[in-house]
Amino acid sequence: MEHEITLVVNGTARRVRVPARRLLSDCLRHDLGLTGTHVGCEHGVCGCCTVLLEGRPVRSCLTFAVTVDGAEITTVEGLAGSDGRLSAVQRAFAECHGLQCGFCTPGFLCTVTALLADNPVPTDDEVIEGISGNLCRCTGYQNIVKAVHRAAELRAEET
Amino acid sequence: MTTKLFGEPVQRREDPRLLTGQGRYLDDLGREALAAAFVRSPHAHARIRDIDVGPALDVEGLVAVYTWEDLPERVGRALPLLIPHPALTHGRTAYPLAREVVRHVGEPVVMVVATDRYAAEDACALIEVDYELRKPVVGLEEAVHGAQLVHEDVPGNVGAHLVQEVPAPGGHGAREAIEAAPHTLSFRLDIERSASMPLEGRGVYARWDGRDLRVYSSTQTSTSVRMAVAAALGLPLPQVEVIAPDVGGGFGVKIVHPWPEEVLVPWAAMTLGREVKWAEDRREHFISSAHERAQVQHVRVGFDDEGRVLGLDVSILHDHGAYTPYGIIVPIVTSTQLLGPYRVGAYRVEFTAVYTNTVQVTPYRGAGRPQGVFCMERTMDKIARHLGKDRTAVREANFIRPEEFPYDQGMIFQDGRPLIYDSGDYPEMLRMIKELIGWDSFERRPGRGIGIGCYVEGTGVGPYEGGHVQITSDGRVHVSTGLTSQGQGHETAFAQIAAAELGVPIERVSVVTGDTRRFAYAVGTFASRAAVVSGNAIALACRKVREKALRIAADALEADPADLDIADGLVHVAGTPSASIPLSTVAVLANPLRYAFDEEAAKATQFSGTASPDRPPVAEGEEPGLEGRDYYSPIRSTFAAGMHAAVVETDPDTAEIKVVRYAVVHDCGRLINPMIVEGQIHGGVAQGIGGALYERMVYDQHGQLVNASFMDFLMPYATEVPHVETDHLETPSPLNPLGIKGAGEAGVIPVSAVIASAVEDAEGFAVDRMPISPSELFEARRRNRG
Repeated sequence: MEHEITLVVNGTARRVRVPARRLLSDCLRHDLGLTGTHVGCEHGVCGCCTVLLEGRPVRSCLTFAVTVDGAEITTVEGLAGSDGRLSAVQRAFAECHGLQCGFCTPGFLCTVTALLADNPVPTDDEVIEGISGNLCRCTGYQNIVKAVHRAAELRAEET
Repeated sequence: MTTKLFGEPVQRREDPRLLTGQGRYLDDLGREALAAAFVRSPHAHARIRDIDVGPALDVEGLVAVYTWEDLPERVGRALPLLIPHPALTHGRTAYPLAREVVRHVGEPVVMVVATDRYAAEDACALIEVDYELRKPVVGLEEAVHGAQLVHEDVPGNVGAHLVQEVPAPGGHGAREAIEAAPHTLSFRLDIERSASMPLEGRGVYARWDGRDLRVYSSTQTSTSVRMAVAAALGLPLPQVEVIAPDVGGGFGVKIVHPWPEEVLVPWAAMTLGREVKWAEDRREHFISSAHERAQVQHVRVGFDDEGRVLGLDVSILHDHGAYTPYGIIVPIVTSTQLLGPYRVGAYRVEFTAVYTNTVQVTPYRGAGRPQGVFCMERTMDKIARHLGKDRTAVREANFIRPEEFPYDQGMIFQDGRPLIYDSGDYPEMLRMIKELIGWDSFERRPGRGIGIGCYVEGTGVGPYEGGHVQITSDGRVHVSTGLTSQGQGHETAFAQIAAAELGVPIERVSVVTGDTRRFAYAVGTFASRAAVVSGNAIALACRKVREKALRIAADALEADPADLDIADGLVHVAGTPSASIPLSTVAVLANPLRYAFDEEAAKATQFSGTASPDRPPVAEGEEPGLEGRDYYSPIRSTFAAGMHAAVVETDPDTAEIKVVRYAVVHDCGRLINPMIVEGQIHGGVAQGIGGALYERMVYDQHGQLVNASFMDFLMPYATEVPHVETDHLETPSPLNPLGIKGAGEAGVIPVSAVIASAVEDAEGFAVDRMPISPSELFEARRRNRG
């Protein structure tokens, strides 16, 4: 049986019919065509599929789409400004070489966006703790940590 | 070179799309495609008695179900043995779908195609396979024992056996030299299995239009997949094109080809006349892709009072899993790279590669080197301990000296060519790493130790790569090369090379990799070879284009080509900047036209008056267009090197091991982009830390991989990886035009050796098995301290 739901994705209301078992990650990727959200393990460990649900990071591979009917969701496609300017977090990742293959990157960007919203000037330990739910196989995390600090600086300059 | 770009930390040109969700990975393509899923064997060793697909036929959305018996003869053949070797006397490969026997958990048995993946998996769950169980062979000891066989026709489970001997200058063999040596040691070393484990699994998506086949694959070699698919499907090569889209990490596992799915998905697309896609899920990746590392090594070494190695005799047992599609490259690399930066008196190395009922073993970043380096560096540490000498002094005593290059190790390397080191400066590198980590001032205390590891890595193996460079009439530079990218920043590094060679702003350069429509001749991305082989090919292609541009511009400017230079996209007479012509115009002049489809084109038409009426529009020996193609085929590999050091602290109660400092000195010749090279090193070290402390593939006695998930296979998070301090030495390679050596695998290679060295230093007893977990260290303490 299918359910009609509405997801407010990156500011736009999207109506979609999904079976109850449809994962939010699959719904975003395959039903709505927002393939920036990636799926790395489908069991909630790697964090590639992290999106912001009402501003909070969640694993979209552990969330059924029907359970978030009506919710506001931000995916990596919605992080840049409406003018296309990259967010401070996105720019910092580029500047600090915080990505290589880029597969885990959307999850990190969402996680870090929420982290800095909560804690605009995190310490080193807070950064490491804050990103410790996301796996990256390429970078060794060092430049990701650097990018988070840099993003905090860029955010501060902008506000 | 007028534009200073080579050697600069230029920001990556691939990032804007990857940061905004605009990357295109395999499963981002083909939204309308049918989905494939596989029934995989739940048993490590069994004969298939019967397959009942009946219960699956009612699943809504089911399109097709295939077993091996449904495949045409050509498609159902055993997969190719990609790298044959005389020593691989009993090479065995799998069938695309299991034929009668399954030899590891995860082997594909039935392929299901349905309207979406959910339906395909529903159908898989209903298919009943009747298995007659056989006793599985798990672990090296059981394989060697040979009581049970993985392949009935492979006696003793031995797939390959190879002995290589390099006698001492006086002619003594290693065993003789060891007998005669003042000191000898014998020991055993163990290294566990791990795996590449890219965050994007494998995947294939195929489209057939009735004549032409287009395949997208998350692969490290699109050109080879193309040839393999054309061969398997019996299609003429020009009718097949293969594209590696954005690839979410490879680390070795995606160099193997064709994977069963790379044959089956295109075949299904042709058979059904529909687009078909398969994206591997994580559990599938654990049990049906490839693993690496597992070896047992028996070592005997003889040395003098200074610690100089007079003879080294290493016997390696290598676990090859159930099949050998990639030949015996891994143990060959272990055997030949084991000696590292050292000259030993005499060397004998022997390996036996055995089959087990586990996932096949093919190269994972490092590709056998981490095992070899573990062996050699453990040996160095043991010699130092035996003689009561500093560990770095023993290494120093054995180093090949800078004046000894090129240095011939007297063996045949993995590319079938002599193992001759081209350049390096190991004593200087040792000085640098000791300074960086503070070796001489280190304050040792119980529970705090320091370790070191050195390696040499053959990089940039042949046979070749190519580059194509085209400057179009808008002044843009289009570069393509056939090998693929999985995060190494090729679009940036290759653009730097092209921009520097051609004298154009990097913004005007675009790079395409891994697309056989753009460049069909290539080998692939492995063995730290992309920058070396494709980088040089692109530089050579650029030089051809540059020469042509100067020739055409010289005509137009009525100047001598030797007096011309290119800067900022303008060809100008040196010293006379006003006498210049943009490359865009040169591109127009290079292609005489009849039709003026735009303003630039009008300049090249037959009445524009730019061409001499005394010569044919395209002069003899010339070709239209401002473009060039060239290849770089290295005579031999070029040898990068590195030394790592670490400080660890071990908890006296919990035996937890914490890496408190990690330092790397690295020499990959001239650096194209230091930011990217450092990133490669960081990532490699992180994988090395995983391999040293956390990651292992745990098989039970039934051949079940009991930790086949990210919950249980412990890849390091940010909380586990130390900050890496780096320094670079640049010893250019004399073998290639750009003087570069490979860097992709470097970071991972010595890490297990370094961590073992440091833990041993902290604990005071030998550490000969890796990885080492807290519970293993705890047990080792009880054994060693009572």
